Amino acid sequence: MTTRYSFGGDEHIFVECSEEMSLDAFFKGLSITNALRDAKIKGVTEICPANASFQVRFDPDLIAPDEMMRQLEAMEAVAQSAPSTLNTRIIEVPVYYNDPWTHETGQRFRERHQDPASTDIEYTARINHLDGIDGFIKAHSGAPWFVSMVGFVAGLPFLYQMVDRDRQIQSPKYLRPRTDTPRLTVGHGGCFACIYSVRGAGGYQMFGITPMPIYDPNQKTSYLSDFMCLFKPGDIVKWKPIGRAEYDHTVAEVDAGRWQPRIAPVTFSLEEFRRDIDGTNARVMEALHGH
Amino acid sequence: MAIKVIKPGLSTTVQDLGRPGYYHIGIPTSGGMDTLSLAAANLLVGNEAGAAVLEAVFLGPELEFTQDATVAVTGADLPPKVDGVEQAGWTAFTVKKGQILSFGFLKKGARGYIAVSGGLDVPVVLGSRSTYTLGALGGFEGRKLAAGDVLAVGPAALAAAGRSVSEALRRAPGVPAELRMLPGLYWHRITEQAGKTFFEDTWKVAPEADRIGYRFKAGRPLDFVPRTPPFGAGSDPSNIVDACYPYGSVQVPSGTEPIVLHRDAVSGGGYMMIGTVVSADMDLIGQLQPHTPTRFVKVTMEQALQARADRRKTLDTIAASLA
Repeated sequence: MTTRYSFGGDEHIFVECSEEMSLDAFFKGLSITNALRDAKIKGVTEICPANASFQVRFDPDLIAPDEMMRQLEAMEAVAQSAPSTLNTRIIEVPVYYNDPWTHETGQRFRERHQDPASTDIEYTARINHLDGIDGFIKAHSGAPWFVSMVGFVAGLPFLYQMVDRDRQIQSPKYLRPRTDTPRLTVGHGGCFACIYSVRGAGGYQMFGITPMPIYDPNQKTSYLSDFMCLFKPGDIVKWKPIGRAEYDHTVAEVDAGRWQPRIAPVTFSLEEFRRDIDGTNARVMEALHGH
Repeated sequence: MAIKVIKPGLSTTVQDLGRPGYYHIGIPTSGGMDTLSLAAANLLVGNEAGAAVLEAVFLGPELEFTQDATVAVTGADLPPKVDGVEQAGWTAFTVKKGQILSFGFLKKGARGYIAVSGGLDVPVVLGSRSTYTLGALGGFEGRKLAAGDVLAVGPAALAAAGRSVSEALRRAPGVPAELRMLPGLYWHRITEQAGKTFFEDTWKVAPEADRIGYRFKAGRPLDFVPRTPPFGAGSDPSNIVDACYPYGSVQVPSGTEPIVLHRDAVSGGGYMMIGTVVSADMDLIGQLQPHTPTRFVKVTMEQALQARADRRKTLDTIAASLA
């Protein structure tokens, strides 16, 4: 993994930890961005971790670009010795897979899809050699996912599947992006899942929908009253398949201000994960059920 | 003091100097696209440079004032009228209680900035009054104005009418527009020849040009250096593992139409960027109409910093002339 630094104009430094996605690349970026945040360098205005890269925005009137670059490169050495253990949380996200709304939207934009004769979920199941829709849901919801980036639009999480690379679900993006995606669609592009926090354009395959809002600018949703976005990089997500009845019930409970997501604190160690993926996942998922 | 919206214009939003600090969770800075004009409008009416104003795109709104106010309109040449009588742009004028502020047809530029003494008093959200429409955040109920909206205005002593920003200090794009760009980011993904034609060609602003980003067309497509796609990036040669996008960064999906991200930028995504428009020229993008011929001009960091200093000096000179 060679770290690559580049100026993004006179206000940004873009740092690519690795060209390809891996949890190692994410953790490298997370360690450096944490060290940078702790260093409180004058002139740094935004620190944005991403999947396998990160970005720093700075005010060149307060710190010269070359000096900013020098300080950032020095962080890399500091961060390399940082332990890759994270005190984080696991969040259970209910998903109504193969729901009527993303299905209807998918049909409206069928001519922009690789395989107009299938639905997104059927297509992705097939190209990943999974046993139909049921096999897909089992593979998608069986292991936890790691929030490796928040962005694109407000509060949208990118999620990385915590399984061996050869078991990771992969799918192309639509041939041409859609101009519409239902709010709270669970999508997928490349190796990443996402949850569309707002309605809008999108190019990811659509597999289902969650009844659980993840962004609320008015902060009326009970669990978003402290902050309007639910997710932050480092969160772990467990998808919970639900049917129509539970979907409708949850929507009603959310609207009534009674619903709370199931969230539990967990520690995640990259070393432990490398040694024993299934064991780590089992331990992390058990935390949701009070074990 | 309040302003009643009779006609909203095409896409009129409340903006200030923006909401930095939340890009890491996908909330862009927002704020005026041409912040130099925005600041000048505020200074003309005696406000702080960063007070909230209206940004009107292509077509001005029609507004009724419930009290006397000092108003200034800067940025695009969008002629203001008080009860039908045309007023000078870049100049403070008085609107009396009950009078209507309307606008003639756009003559030049794209965005007019309408400042009112006291500033627009919408709630401050995450440190700013700017509107981020995609996230329904900030501004007036998180959206562009609609007929019937009533905007509150902050208390202020009325600034004198008649003060003006001299024409030499009114910065606007030339013809063709020139946007200075620092190459970098994923520049190495395109061929040497593509790197040459990109700067040689005259591009045109595409109809898809808004606060998120400006798309350009009519230049030659860019060829890519061959590669094996990195895991997680996607198969198109312009794909990368989804990463952050700098403000002003120039992404070229499939190598065809460059998109320059602006104040309501999507904070990240999976397309490679070949460089970044320098901070000083972001204002100019906000004044580009569709079909405007545009060239990208390659600069060094030193030149980018000089451009930044020049812009700062222009703003300081405007401020000093109005002090």
